[in-house]
Amino acid sequence: MAELTYREAVAAGLAQEMARDESVVMIGEDIGAAGGVFKATVGLLDQFGPRRVRDTPISEQAIIGAAMGAAMTGLRPVAELMFADFLSVCHDLVVNQIAKARYMTNGQVTLPLVIRFGNGGGLRFGAQHSQSVENWLMAVPGLKVVVPSTPADVVGLLAAAIRDDDPVMFLEEKALYPTKGEVPDTEHVDRLGSAVVRREGRHVTLIALGTMVHRALDAAEQLAAEGIEAEVIDVRSLVPLDVTTIARSVAKTARLFTVEENPRLCGWGAEVASIIGEECFYDLDAPIRRITTPHVPLPAADSLEDATIPSAETVVTAVRRGLD
Amino acid sequence: MSETRAEAGGALGVVDAPDTGGAALDPAARLALYRAMLRVRYFENEAYVLFLQNLVKGTSHLAIGEEAVAAGVAAALRPDDYVFATYRGHAHAILRGASMTAVLGELLGRQNGLMAGKGGSMHLTSAEHNFMGSYAIVGAHLPIANGAAWSARYRGTDQVAVAFFGDGATNIGAFHEALNLAAVWKLPVLFVCENNLYMEYTPIAEVTAVAHPAADRASAYGLAPVLVDGNDADAVYAAAAGAVARARAGEAPTLVEALTYRHGGHSRADPGKYRPEEEVQTWLARDPIPRYRARLEELGVDPGTLDAIEAGARAEVDEAREAAKASPLADPASVERDVFADGGARWRS
Repeated sequence: MAELTYREAVAAGLAQEMARDESVVMIGEDIGAAGGVFKATVGLLDQFGPRRVRDTPISEQAIIGAAMGAAMTGLRPVAELMFADFLSVCHDLVVNQIAKARYMTNGQVTLPLVIRFGNGGGLRFGAQHSQSVENWLMAVPGLKVVVPSTPADVVGLLAAAIRDDDPVMFLEEKALYPTKGEVPDTEHVDRLGSAVVRREGRHVTLIALGTMVHRALDAAEQLAAEGIEAEVIDVRSLVPLDVTTIARSVAKTARLFTVEENPRLCGWGAEVASIIGEECFYDLDAPIRRITTPHVPLPAADSLEDATIPSAETVVTAVRRGLD
Repeated sequence: MSETRAEAGGALGVVDAPDTGGAALDPAARLALYRAMLRVRYFENEAYVLFLQNLVKGTSHLAIGEEAVAAGVAAALRPDDYVFATYRGHAHAILRGASMTAVLGELLGRQNGLMAGKGGSMHLTSAEHNFMGSYAIVGAHLPIANGAAWSARYRGTDQVAVAFFGDGATNIGAFHEALNLAAVWKLPVLFVCENNLYMEYTPIAEVTAVAHPAADRASAYGLAPVLVDGNDADAVYAAAAGAVARARAGEAPTLVEALTYRHGGHSRADPGKYRPEEEVQTWLARDPIPRYRARLEELGVDPGTLDAIEAGARAEVDEAREAAKASPLADPASVERDVFADGGARWRS
């Protein structure tokens, strides 16, 4: 096992897949010589050359369109969209074209492509460079949506995403890029659609995604000191969604809290709450509670952003209140 | 070609003529071109009749009057080249090799439709013929065609990608992003503007700062402007053949603007009454099909041969109509199929 940062793990995952499959190519703004604005693709241009690591103009529609056309015709492109917020300037390509191509053509067209996004807040970038877009993507039939929370998961889930025959939206959490973790030295390929229990507990279940997994784990540590044993589940993938792992935990704890970075309305946690409410109602001893960002655009200043995105303390307070 | 240039230059204000590289069709290929235009014309006429009978639902956009653009470019392509078209795409689907029965079946929402009813008139796709789709969001497919061209280059083939689009697409962002990337990467792609003088219901000049919405923008991307009489199938072929040859040779992509006219409205809901009657009559007189027949007769083709080609195309459409109408309706059991590559729609693991 080697210790890598989350951003190094992105490059490691890409290198692992590009080395084994000549059809994997990269396209995006500043991903080559600059190594990516988040430094997540450092070294790949040197290793694989400009034929496979292609810098582009600032033209998100051109980037995503090129990835789609390449995927239709035999390649497995990995496109970087830089800030996830830029999805809004190529929404048509992602939502109207890529997501629907297989269905509208009655299965004639398959799109094995990955779009990488720098997702989420925590870096004081303000409302147009800090959004969590997983909910926008989850709402569209035809897309798979993956959010890794650890360096090992970055490698394993990125490999699984690249090998998958469907379009996979791979959301890298900007706040996690500097974090470190152990990554297997040998080839590492994970499975899409499998949630992971990060901490076992018997009193409450906390389900979280990406950066919020770490907030939930911090909260669980604090709650343990008070005698509250929280089980923490890293959802990892919204589509496909691993309902089974969540339902099994709810059957044990009877109390479910979602921890979401997104604004309140239509967050992924609302969908999970709906499913658990329908399918596990009699396992529950209390209402499902959602811990989210308030329904506001993300503010820029340290004190404001910190007050907006759920913190470990926010989670602890919500759980205590939920247990009263 | 000089005659065509003079005629088009006088009547249509052509600003430049294509570099044809001397490309011209042999007699057999010219007959094939005539047949191709007739197949489209009769097909589109039939689609309109079926619409009037309330058998074609939703919307549809006919290319009656614009056949020479589709047929002229198609004649310059190989089967392994990629074609991307717009929602006005019946012609391109048929000319790439999709069966008329399958295309009509799709319009009628039948099980034997090209996409078994999943797509409809605006989304015709026949991947087995490298007809990579009809795109109903204006301009969206130009960047996608770049991707197919990039892929061809990467894989070491000399395939070319072609994107057809309307004049209206020249004012949308994707057009400009795609042209710039194609030019800077020197992609083997051919952009063909089917300029029918109206952006939906609005004349080009009311909403566009230049007279030739595609050709006048070419120089902004370092490309040579190519403006061609889109109602002259030979001229379109020559322009396309030159552009395809340049693309295969790894030279710059080409942006062709073909001037043409739709005989009807924008879509089935539009009678096209905003167009001056004199303009309509002028363009009806330039109908590419009788014009091409006259040229073939001048070249000495026996009228009986041309009559037989017309009869053959009519018979193909008649047969396709009956086969499409005989098919069962699209199968509701297919609704939750083929969202994902595993053939299903399952969003939970």
